[in-house]
Amino acid sequence: MHTRRDMLSHSAKVAAMLASIGMLPSLAHAQAAGYNTAAFDAKTIPDLMKILGAGTPVESKDVTVTGPDIAENGAVVPVGAATALPGVKRMLLLVEKNPSVLTAAFDVTDAVEANFSTRVKMGQSSNVYAVAMMGDGKVLFAKKEVKVTLGGCGG
Amino acid sequence: MADPMRIRAQAAGDKATVRVLMNHEMETGQRKDAAGKIIPAWYIQEVSAQLNGKTVMTAQWGPAVAKNPFLQFMIKGAKAGDKVSVSWADNKGDKRTDEATVT
Repeated sequence: MHTRRDMLSHSAKVAAMLASIGMLPSLAHAQAAGYNTAAFDAKTIPDLMKILGAGTPVESKDVTVTGPDIAENGAVVPVGAATALPGVKRMLLLVEKNPSVLTAAFDVTDAVEANFSTRVKMGQSSNVYAVAMMGDGKVLFAKKEVKVTLGGCGG
Repeated sequence: MADPMRIRAQAAGDKATVRVLMNHEMETGQRKDAAGKIIPAWYIQEVSAQLNGKTVMTAQWGPAVAKNPFLQFMIKGAKAGDKVSVSWADNKGDKRTDEATVT
């Protein structure tokens, strides 16, 4: 490797090799297996439903979303999604006006109730949706408006 | 990695309510540091819970879950003395598992 040209071509070959096994530093995400990155990048609810292969969500009284009416601190907003309906496969928590709409997705098995609570970040006042994806393909949701006095994305 | 999770699992009838408090920065990848550079995204992507070794719940999270995430869910058929373990994996490949006994 005693000329600049050789060295550059060698570097390019090494980079190509690294890229082919996904090891380039620019790929800073180590993807946990089965993680649906595309879903977490979706910016609107219709996009998200398309990515998840789900139909149009239908509002339902059988799904409940819990959360405060006014969240003092957008960095920590307690929200919950629940449904008593049998046959739920997944429960999603969506924050409509966040840079990425999908906050969390919970897979429901027979061993757990379809009832999850967590705390999320909200960038601004927005609707929070609890979505239940049913085993028969139906998608049901409930929404609640949560006002945020101080946005939670650090911006 | 980080501090242990705090897990509380309480049985009530044939269900156990599990509350977990995890220690994690949950960076969205949208904040900038003092020099104006973006702080890279660093957040828990997958969470799973096992009851006596059998997986009962899995979840996928995005960066919008709050820092030091709280999670509450209910396991059916759990009784006092059962072991609940909760694991998470983040986007940098770090993982952590902690367990607790149902009271």
